[in-house]
Amino acid sequence: MSNPLAIIGRVFLNSLAEIGRLSRFAGVAISHTVTPPIYWRSMLQQMWLIGYNSLPVVGLTALFTGAALAQQIFVGGSRFNAESVVPGVVVIAIVRELGPVLGGLMVAGRVSSAMAAELGTMRVTEQIDALTTLSTDPINYLVVPRLIAAIVTLPLLVLVANTIGVLGGFLIGTERLGLNAGTYLQVTADFLEQSDVVSSLVKAAVFGFIIALMGSYHGYNSRGGAQGVGKATTNAVVSAFILILLANLIITVIVFGGQS
Amino acid sequence: MMTKPMIEMTGVTKAFGPKKVLQGIDLTVEKGKSLVVIGGSGTGKSVTLKCILGLLSPDSGSIKIDGGEVTRLSNKDRKKVLTKFGMLFQGAALFDSLPVWTNVAFGLIQGKGMKKAEAKEIAIEKLRRVGLTPDVGELSPAELSGGMQKRVGLARAIATEPEIIFFDEPTTGLDPIMADVINDLIVECVQDLGATTLSITHDMASARKIADRIAMIYQGKIIWEGDKSEIDSSGNDYVDQFIHGRAQGPIEMQLLKP
Repeated sequence: MSNPLAIIGRVFLNSLAEIGRLSRFAGVAISHTVTPPIYWRSMLQQMWLIGYNSLPVVGLTALFTGAALAQQIFVGGSRFNAESVVPGVVVIAIVRELGPVLGGLMVAGRVSSAMAAELGTMRVTEQIDALTTLSTDPINYLVVPRLIAAIVTLPLLVLVANTIGVLGGFLIGTERLGLNAGTYLQVTADFLEQSDVVSSLVKAAVFGFIIALMGSYHGYNSRGGAQGVGKATTNAVVSAFILILLANLIITVIVFGGQS
Repeated sequence: MMTKPMIEMTGVTKAFGPKKVLQGIDLTVEKGKSLVVIGGSGTGKSVTLKCILGLLSPDSGSIKIDGGEVTRLSNKDRKKVLTKFGMLFQGAALFDSLPVWTNVAFGLIQGKGMKKAEAKEIAIEKLRRVGLTPDVGELSPAELSGGMQKRVGLARAIATEPEIIFFDEPTTGLDPIMADVINDLIVECVQDLGATTLSITHDMASARKIADRIAMIYQGKIIWEGDKSEIDSSGNDYVDQFIHGRAQGPIEMQLLKP
């Protein structure tokens, strides 16, 4: 019964099948983004839900992380009398990595789960089938607005997160660690390069795609009543987290791996 | 007297993995007639409907709507065919994010591109047709009772005046009186439109009321079909067991899913 090789084989085949299904879903969803009709109203509504409603949680995350980072770098740097690197390291760490990654993870926790729960409930109560019988393509009506809204909104959110993160470092640096405010801002500006901001926004857009895709995919394909919707919600969040971290690694290696 | 078949299924099979749900369905519904498919849970009733609508694609066999093959259609052609259909879902399947009147008008606004004001008038008219007052239109579906949700579902199914209407367990979950009210409404609305209907149910009272013809599905095949008047003298042990609701007989209930 429990032949270990059989188990390994089954797990391997199941994951391949899942990757296949996901790729197909993504392909269909992307091809539908350029196929009318586009539901602008529900896209704007999704932008509001994803973007504006995520501002508090993303802002607080960035503020606390930026502040903690400044404190840690100050302590570490002071061993080499290098307290002055605080602003530079904070801005680079926030813009290149922590802003997009933590912002993406927080939004994934809020939004992927909500999308999976909403679409999953629509699936198990046959509302998605009902759309089809009313001559409305459910991918166009439900998935495309979420995908586009997330891809557009995440970069804006991350821009805010980056700013607030640097502000968090600035506040603790000047108020608690005794760094000079003018110098702090000057060093921050000197260290920050345009490519850092661009890579940050590219990451954010990719994470937005992942967040909406995972929420939609797991919700759209959920089955088996309330338990199925619960499972879809969990899977959406967990897979979004893992894929965001993986995508971040890949983009970081591509963009910054060549620099020495 | 043979009239033109509106829905024609021949040898339709569908399996989910190793589980063969449909094992060669042959079914014909003539234009303007009402066929009710009866059968126990898990015998393939819902899968049959979903195959016709294209929500599932059959593994083999042919399905013709109004003479045209629909099993291998492009998205665009499928959409065109679907404009002929209306469907009342088992749980009504109302969109809970939209008010009642938008639900009823959905097929008119999204499917046919009608102006909102015009669609709202039709929606209110259809709500009245199923015995609901215009103020119900402003409520959200969650505020309605099960019977009212079914009525709204029916109003939505007939709003686009479709040629073919499907009823999926129209009386499930309703008390006997409300079930009869819904049955009456179905009969009236179908007569108004002159629509062809295909219903699936395991409620014999409902089947007797809305059917012209009755077919019984068992283990993925149609095992009996005849006029409504013939159901009590079918001479088929399976049909007899089902319509009398006996636990003993040739149909053995599988309590666990295979």
